Amino acid sequence: MRRANPIASRPMSTSAITPQSIPLGRRIKRFMADRPLVPLVILLVILVVILQILRPGIVNERWIANTIKFAIPLAILAGCQTMTMLTGGIDLSVGTVATMSAFIMATQIVNQDPAVAFLLAMTPAVLIGLVNGIGVGVFRVHPLIMTLGTSLIGTGCLQVYQRTVIASGAKIPDFLAWLGTGVTWGFPNALLLFVPLAALIVFTLARTGFGRLLYAVGDNERATRLSGVRYWQVITALYIVSSLLAGITGLLYIGLIKAPSLSLAEPLVLPSVAAAVIGGTSIFGGRGGYTGTIVGALILTVLTTLLTILQMPEGARRILFGLIVLFVTAAYLRIVEDR
Amino acid sequence: MTTSPLLDASGVAKNYGAVAALRNASLSVLPGEVHALMGANGAGKSTLVKILTGAISANAGRILIRGEARDIRSPAAARRAGLLPVYQEPSLIPDLDVLSNLRLTGTPVEPFRAWVRELGIPDLDLRETARDIPLAILRVLDLARALAVEPDVLLLDEMTAALPANLAEKVLEVVRRQGDAGRAVIFISHRFVEIAALCDRATVLRDGETVGVVDIEPGVEERIVELMLGARIVKTKVQPRAAGQNAAPAPARPRIAVRNLRVGSKLSDVSFDLADGEVAGVVALEGQGQDELFAALAGSIKPNGGTIEVDGSQVKFTHPIDAIRSGIAYVPGDRSEALAMQRSVRENIALPFSAALRNWGPIPMRKERDTVLGAIQRLQIDTRAQGEVQRLSGGNQQKVTIARWIAADARTILCFDPTRGIDVGTKQEIYKLLRELAGHGKSVLFYTSELEEVQRVCDRVIVIFNGRLVDIFPVEEADEPALMRAAYGLPRGAKADVGILADPSATSSDSPSPNASDAPEASP
Repeated sequence: MRRANPIASRPMSTSAITPQSIPLGRRIKRFMADRPLVPLVILLVILVVILQILRPGIVNERWIANTIKFAIPLAILAGCQTMTMLTGGIDLSVGTVATMSAFIMATQIVNQDPAVAFLLAMTPAVLIGLVNGIGVGVFRVHPLIMTLGTSLIGTGCLQVYQRTVIASGAKIPDFLAWLGTGVTWGFPNALLLFVPLAALIVFTLARTGFGRLLYAVGDNERATRLSGVRYWQVITALYIVSSLLAGITGLLYIGLIKAPSLSLAEPLVLPSVAAAVIGGTSIFGGRGGYTGTIVGALILTVLTTLLTILQMPEGARRILFGLIVLFVTAAYLRIVEDR
Repeated sequence: MTTSPLLDASGVAKNYGAVAALRNASLSVLPGEVHALMGANGAGKSTLVKILTGAISANAGRILIRGEARDIRSPAAARRAGLLPVYQEPSLIPDLDVLSNLRLTGTPVEPFRAWVRELGIPDLDLRETARDIPLAILRVLDLARALAVEPDVLLLDEMTAALPANLAEKVLEVVRRQGDAGRAVIFISHRFVEIAALCDRATVLRDGETVGVVDIEPGVEERIVELMLGARIVKTKVQPRAAGQNAAPAPARPRIAVRNLRVGSKLSDVSFDLADGEVAGVVALEGQGQDELFAALAGSIKPNGGTIEVDGSQVKFTHPIDAIRSGIAYVPGDRSEALAMQRSVRENIALPFSAALRNWGPIPMRKERDTVLGAIQRLQIDTRAQGEVQRLSGGNQQKVTIARWIAADARTILCFDPTRGIDVGTKQEIYKLLRELAGHGKSVLFYTSELEEVQRVCDRVIVIFNGRLVDIFPVEEADEPALMRAAYGLPRGAKADVGILADPSATSSDSPSPNASDAPEASP
């Protein structure tokens, strides 16, 4: 904003020199602030263009379908983070929950009816969500600690469980493989699951009482209490929903990866937090939304591809990834924050 | 008076933006005297104290200590200059034991121990963590810690508040003896009884200015009240309320009946009724228990004793939702307590609608919009910046907090100082709104820190002093001098008599006036 001419920069600058440019700059800022999705989409397009320049011809129909396929599990887990972060929380147990449901599904399907296997797979998700919710909502444990704790407990239980099913082996149900990797008319089948799910999350946040409360609780818990909101109810429901979403992600992810392991979805946890933050959800609560998170997940996925084709050593790639995430988040906040 | 003052502050001014907290305050304290600093709410007492103790710096003024000009920029500088405050809030660090707290401030341990014994606590364990020590004892320890470094000027802010009688007595005794030892004490208190027993002179502040310095002698409390009121004393005629604005005839059963309500040590034995169609005012100096009264009625805190009846049946609130279900809504004085600042006006107004579990589903958007718009129009909220409540002006924010309960159609609204810090136009609108609500048969409990509002808005006034209900005025008698006097615990209509300062038997400041004790339900 500072002008080069020191004489004009005092009282004149507002009236004589800058009436054209500053309002324009402010107008762009206002525009970005009102539509926080725009700068994100621009960033996504820029990343794709860079990719196309570095490796001409890489961006084709197959690549797009593939990118979407890998972005979807990340986007759903980032949805868990978005919703919990709106209340000022976080859910670090999503990786463990996803892994558990995937692993139980793959092992139980061997001897069980698919419906029974599904129910068994979702049981730990509900339990962990309930424990998280009660811990955070009733006993006021910090969400970071609470979900980290249940995550470790869940991993431990899974290791015990693994010994009991070593003999029976594991397989990937055909339906999940179809859903995870299949492509119909150029569209990944996973969209069949993701589009309704995403629509439901967006609708919940914008148009339901529960969604309103998530924002309000994160913004000012005391105000919601004075308005008659029972904090523990909201938080308990929230963490159960978050865990259920994570469980469903696990089933989708095992169909995509096709190799059950005890750390299947663990690498997705921190990127899911990053996707929500890049997507404009405030980690302090009260601010954000799911559409931004979806774009954030796409950005991270494209970024991973980009760094992979650069053929850098793994270490350098990670350093660059971290730097870019930090830079993008800081820049985005500067653009979007009013003033 | 040939002795030169120990502390001499003059022309002290402090502005916060456009608001002048202090215009021209002066305070002169002689060695060996206990000097009272008095003033109504918002007169600038605490600002002056903060300036004297280096917590904030003044915009103008001169502070002489023992005749030397001193620039007190920090609490440490004030300490070096020999000025030491004891604030209302305990200042020991809760997670350290007493001994570590002493070391932190470089307080000598043995004198501290001696003072603690002197102040009536014979068996203090210095290894005890401050967190585990009861509040009353903590305040005494604060005092002992200040005494141990032997300051020239000791500043005591409401020292005896929340102290049990035996401790308070010891404290007053020790403070008195400080004066005899040639040091000076600045004593801030709302209690005339203590001031009479303790102080030599009093400086009275009004609207940020020193309006008088008086010697304490029998009957002086009337003079002090006059000084605190200033010119306002003349315009005290009640204008008769227009017929439509009058309260509906009181029904047989009160809307809310409070009996012997007790909350911790802050509020005890409060009984009153609130009828449908009336605005009942609550007048009290700061921190006399009104916060606890409102919080208990709103379901935010649980009372320790007494009963609350709503529409004739007894209720026990465990969460604000219980009060809201009974139709009682609470509008807190601090707007940041009530609003989700980053959310829209609409969401803030509609917040109570979503509270119950059964309303977590899809929101009927059209119906909600109509309800919210109705409330917005009724309060004439300026919605140009409605995207985020934090962009609204203070007055409009306040309107949103009230609009929420208009939209929710609450039958009783507890308004805690709703006009603090908002512009005059909005104040008028709020007065009008409260009268309208009463006209529609709703009931309003209205705490205000501005006495002139009482006659504009209320049908009758409840006065609370020191945690007790001391008087209930019909609006005709509730002019500012009468309210001010009552708020300081002085008996009603006692102007002709010699005040309680002259009466050595009236040692208890919390003896209620006769009107309150026998007729708590006195209504207009």
